[in-house]
Amino acid sequence: MSRGAIRAFLVGDAQADRVVPPSGFTAHLTLFVSGAMAFLAVFALALSMASGRLADRWAEELARSATLRISAPPDQRAAQTQAALDILHQTPGVAIARALSAAEQADLLAPWFGPDLPLESLPVPQLIEIIAGDPAYDAAGLRLRLSGEVPGAVLDDHTRWRAPLVDAANSLRRLGLISILLIGGATAAMITLAANAALSANAQVIQVLRLVGALDRYIAQAFVRRFTLRALIGAGAGMFLGMLGVALMPSASEGGGFLTGLGFQGAGWLVPLLIPILGAAVAFAATWAAARRSLSELS
Amino acid sequence: MIELEHVGYSYGGGALLSDVSVRLAPGSFHFLTGPSGAGKTTLLKLCYGALVPTSGRVQAFDLDVSTLDRDQVAMMRRRIGVVHQDCRFLDHLPLADNIALPLTVSGRDMGAENSNLGELMNWVGLSERADALPPELSGGERQRAALARAVIMSPDLILADEPTGNVDWEMSQRLLRLLLELNKMGKTVLIASHDLALIRAAKSQVQARVLRISDKTLQLAGADL
Repeated sequence: MSRGAIRAFLVGDAQADRVVPPSGFTAHLTLFVSGAMAFLAVFALALSMASGRLADRWAEELARSATLRISAPPDQRAAQTQAALDILHQTPGVAIARALSAAEQADLLAPWFGPDLPLESLPVPQLIEIIAGDPAYDAAGLRLRLSGEVPGAVLDDHTRWRAPLVDAANSLRRLGLISILLIGGATAAMITLAANAALSANAQVIQVLRLVGALDRYIAQAFVRRFTLRALIGAGAGMFLGMLGVALMPSASEGGGFLTGLGFQGAGWLVPLLIPILGAAVAFAATWAAARRSLSELS
Repeated sequence: MIELEHVGYSYGGGALLSDVSVRLAPGSFHFLTGPSGAGKTTLLKLCYGALVPTSGRVQAFDLDVSTLDRDQVAMMRRRIGVVHQDCRFLDHLPLADNIALPLTVSGRDMGAENSNLGELMNWVGLSERADALPPELSGGERQRAALARAVIMSPDLILADEPTGNVDWEMSQRLLRLLLELNKMGKTVLIASHDLALIRAAKSQVQARVLRISDKTLQLAGADL
């Protein structure tokens, strides 16, 4: 459709609009259904985008960060730590290697042992945070060298526990996207049913129009326009309420972790605006197909 | 204008019409008669493309009707005014809008056509009923409204299926006069009717040919009418 045709479609032809009788009940149902579907679509979208962000973040950290743990007798700890840091600084592909301070280590353990733990009295290993550069270091080679020179060092590149989480976040994203597709399909199905009901309720109107020389396009448009506008308005309201719901959720915090990060960020807030447009497009296509089908049964 | 060549039409059960050939010349006035169920309505439907012949050929305005696509059929119907037996209207629109419906659906400028509409409603004697809804109309009013709707596009051909079916003698005379006037204006008219008194009344005023369907085929009725 050209821009002029779209404008004409939206503005409508007051005369053409009158030839189909007003339909209160189905109109409200269509509004409600598209509103509810848009509302659900906003949440599916928020879930999908949040889990996508999470998967990306975890995957990136998985690829880039590692921890070196040095378990050595207290008198050798400082020496081994220094030796390990020296090795790391010489290793190509290591961007940052930093020994965590005692306070930082205490913070990491606090959630498990409570804040009042006398850390000094425990044989806590020294941790070294490693951030890989681009290209990354060769983990196998590094392990080999460390085992020779720093016997107490264990390199943990986090693969073991982050990989399943990334998988889970990715499946969550997939589920979100599948939900959006299903919501779109269900909307199309329900609008098709509503349009079919409207078309059969107005069978006589359609026959009369056809007999006085109305083109299929003209007849179909009277229905298509109504259902498209209803879907647009309903989905717009549903989207607004859905976004309000997402906006009112507690914002992402350090402690809340994954669940509180559910929502949109930055330009992500613009994505749900597509929902009413897509909803209207689905309604347009569904009604058009239904009208074509029912008109083709008439001479 | 409309030409049927060896046209046959059969429903699932069997042949209703076979080997029907007739030509409606511009400006002619025809009656189509025959017993109920003989196929009068079917023949009219073949003429305006509501049915496609199962054999033979229907030509309208020099086009083979069976080769027309749906839009072309719609365009053809704007040139043919049809008064249906069960005049159906859009019940939610007032009478004036119903009569103007062919103009509306063909996208004519309603402002420009308003005086024509008023004149036409006056001609069929329905000016005072302009705002009435179709279900409120009497049988005769519906028939006249259907005729007005059929002619508002100034079609070249008018097909009327039992236009006097539901009305008393006086009203049928009035409808006939309207159709005769249209014929005088140069329109081709074909009326399906089994009302022999009406046909006789018409024959005294116009050079009308009477076609009779009997035995599945079409014959030119003799002077016995």
